Amino acid sequence: MSLDADLTLRRGDLELRAGFAVAPGEVVALLGPNGAGKSTALQLLAGILPLDAGRVELDGVTLDDPAAGVHVRPRDRRVGMVVQDYLLFPKMSVLENVAFGLRSRGLPRDRARAEARDWLVRMGLDGYERRRPGELSGGQAQRVALARALIVEPRLLLLDEPLAALDAGTRPAVRAELRRHLGGYDGCTLVVTHDPLEAMVLGDRVVVLERGRVVQHGEPAEVARRPRTDYVARLVGLNLLTGTASGRTAQLPSGAVVALAHDATGPVHIAFPPVAVTLSPRRPDGSARNAWPLVIADLEAHGDLVRVTADGAVPVLADVTPLAVADLGLEPGGQVWASVKASEISVYPA
Amino acid sequence: MSRARLAFAVTAAALLTVACGGDDGDDAAAGAASTTAPADDAPSGTVTVLAAASLTESFETLSDQLRATYPDLEIVYSFGPSSGLVEQLLAGAPADVLATADTKTMDEAVAGGVVDGEPRIFARNTLALAVPAGNPGDVTGLADLANPDLRIAICEPQVPCGGAAQRLLDAAGVTAAPDTLTTDVKEAASLVALGEADAALIYLTDAAAEGDAVETIDVPESEQVVNDYPVAVLTDAPNPDGAWAVADAITGEPGRSILGEAGFLTP
Amino acid sequence: MSRRTADLRVPAALLIPAALGVAILVLPMVGLIARAPWGDLPSILTSDEVLTALRLSLVTATVATGVALVCGVPIAWLLARTALPGRSVLRGLVTVPLVLPPVVGGVALLMVFGRRGLVGGWLYDTFGVSLPFTTEAVVLAQVFVAMPFLIVAVEGALRTADRRYEDVAATLGATSWTTFRRVTLPAVMPGVLAGAVLCWARALGEFGATVTFAGSFPGTTRTLPLEAYVAINAGDSDVAIVLSLLMIAVSVTILIGLRERWIGAA
Repeated sequence: MSLDADLTLRRGDLELRAGFAVAPGEVVALLGPNGAGKSTALQLLAGILPLDAGRVELDGVTLDDPAAGVHVRPRDRRVGMVVQDYLLFPKMSVLENVAFGLRSRGLPRDRARAEARDWLVRMGLDGYERRRPGELSGGQAQRVALARALIVEPRLLLLDEPLAALDAGTRPAVRAELRRHLGGYDGCTLVVTHDPLEAMVLGDRVVVLERGRVVQHGEPAEVARRPRTDYVARLVGLNLLTGTASGRTAQLPSGAVVALAHDATGPVHIAFPPVAVTLSPRRPDGSARNAWPLVIADLEAHGDLVRVTADGAVPVLADVTPLAVADLGLEPGGQVWASVKASEISVYPA
Repeated sequence: MSRARLAFAVTAAALLTVACGGDDGDDAAAGAASTTAPADDAPSGTVTVLAAASLTESFETLSDQLRATYPDLEIVYSFGPSSGLVEQLLAGAPADVLATADTKTMDEAVAGGVVDGEPRIFARNTLALAVPAGNPGDVTGLADLANPDLRIAICEPQVPCGGAAQRLLDAAGVTAAPDTLTTDVKEAASLVALGEADAALIYLTDAAAEGDAVETIDVPESEQVVNDYPVAVLTDAPNPDGAWAVADAITGEPGRSILGEAGFLTP
Repeated sequence: MSRRTADLRVPAALLIPAALGVAILVLPMVGLIARAPWGDLPSILTSDEVLTALRLSLVTATVATGVALVCGVPIAWLLARTALPGRSVLRGLVTVPLVLPPVVGGVALLMVFGRRGLVGGWLYDTFGVSLPFTTEAVVLAQVFVAMPFLIVAVEGALRTADRRYEDVAATLGATSWTTFRRVTLPAVMPGVLAGAVLCWARALGEFGATVTFAGSFPGTTRTLPLEAYVAINAGDSDVAIVLSLLMIAVSVTILIGLRERWIGAA
């Protein structure tokens, strides 16, 4: 009993070819940059767009199978949807919004309203029944949208950037609340987001989508520790190199060699945090066996540190203190040596 | 002069030309007629004739024939209900000749001071009870016009054909039950020709102009109601020479023959 | 709405043609006002002929607007929301009356619904029903010329409305009819209202198709514009002027009201 999706669609520049599964009660975060095809994937799952090829199965029921001519209409799918701007029906009261699904399914008005009232209480919106959507805060609107979607007991809940419309101040509280509500839902949930923090907090699992393909999936901690693409590495704030390991060294495509703390063989990813990088004006002596001469490309404030982008045989990001920037006289175009201890580097098969 | 100013000047000049074009043309034509052409020469230029709708076919035939006599004369017609034409004239519409379907409307024009000299009667018309080919409504006489089940078209009482129709109905002692009152006799004739009206009181000449599509029922009372058609040259005619030539052609030959063929009685 | 006040000098090259254009548009109305028989105005306005024509105009224009709403909104929905083959041809056809001379429309209606017309002939032979010269014919003529205004306004509103609301309604289990009734229609209601008002105003002013198809008889088919036309052709220009002023007053009120709405909504 779960969602099993294998989506293929060609639409304009986008070529979507992605497969993933969601278990009952599980929240999967679909993470990816703009234009990766995340929202398109949601529309396919909701049945708003038809698949070119592939298959969607929910709780053992085939929703889409173009090869067999199967396409279940959105209203017969039992798939709920909450989008970034919530799309509450503006001319209806909050109560009518929540009762809409039940009334559309033929429930008498009074029963639909009674049940909608229960949901509003459960969402902490007691007393808001007669309000118009325009009179709600972003967080309240989101809860109404969630209640409206959940009241018809969908087997799959789709959330499209559910926090993007909120201002930064209210986002953490609403996020925590959303996490709590999703925890009480026993169907499958798919959250689309471009925000790694949102993906990590809301998702039991993260699926990373880039240019229409799934490039990485796993538990949030696993994805954060071992990124497999530059996009994910940048999101989680790690330097990511790719090379071929043999024993305690790995060779990069540029010819540069990286010393490793442990034995490894074959194609590997090499990841280390920018704070592990030390910059010095000359080749360092000490214990660091990884040292590369680089040219500084950019300096940028990064919290209370300065993020230095340096290019060369081993391009790296380094976080150093403003004092170090002054002492070393760092400036774009300047020469510098970067060194990383082998013990700071994590290596995993590519 | 800057480009913008030049563009504006051109635009303004164009607009002025458009706005005044009609008058300029008429003045030029009138000037040409009165200065370059000696009085006994053939008239030329444009003559605008306002004429009752029932004259449409006859007058168009007339201008075809006049083209041979006066090759430089161009006749422009405006056909409509006589009372409406007089209303336009009194409002200052520029025209050379007026021909109406009754003396009452012409008298209004005379009283308004727009007519030059005495109007001349050039034709007489009688009303006909017209029915569509095959007479689907089984109309036999004026009394049938009182039948509410038939579709009856009569002219609006204030226009000449309507006034004549009213006199005819009064003479016959019939109270008609019309379904539509047309402002134009041609409109009533078309409704009969299309079969949308079972009967209409229209001029004999209009019934004749519809050809086989319309039949007429003999109405003995019709001889009591005769419309006189007067024609007059207008005081402010832009082309008086042309106007007199056209008016003479209407009252004399070839007007008489043409009007007679169309079913008009000629004095 | 604009907060720009910096430079309001208007170049003469724009101002003079604009003033000329305004004169062309406005002077005829000024002329009517100048020539209006103000002393006789009350007696003309309350005369039997005028009141009869006014009542007929109000009733027929309102019924025509009702018919246009019932038929025009679904047409607009088909044009805006479906991938019907030949949709652009359909749009062209249903908006032709916007540019067609109304008299031509009246002739066309006569050819179809007249007693010897395509449909009218069958109606007459089968049921003994004949449309021309009836109040129903006036309504039909008004629907013919005025419904396109409503269709265009509603289609525009539908196209600018956010379709994702309809997607959400579908995921909640709503049928397309429920979605239309409870989600789409409320969202485009301002456009529907604007279209209905335009349609009503056009129906009220309708002349050519009415006189050709429905004829002109007091109380049955002679609406205000026809009464004005009869008056001018009967040499009764005072009545014609008063009726024209009445119709201008109604139109100006409606158009100014609509403009306020549009600007208010923008």
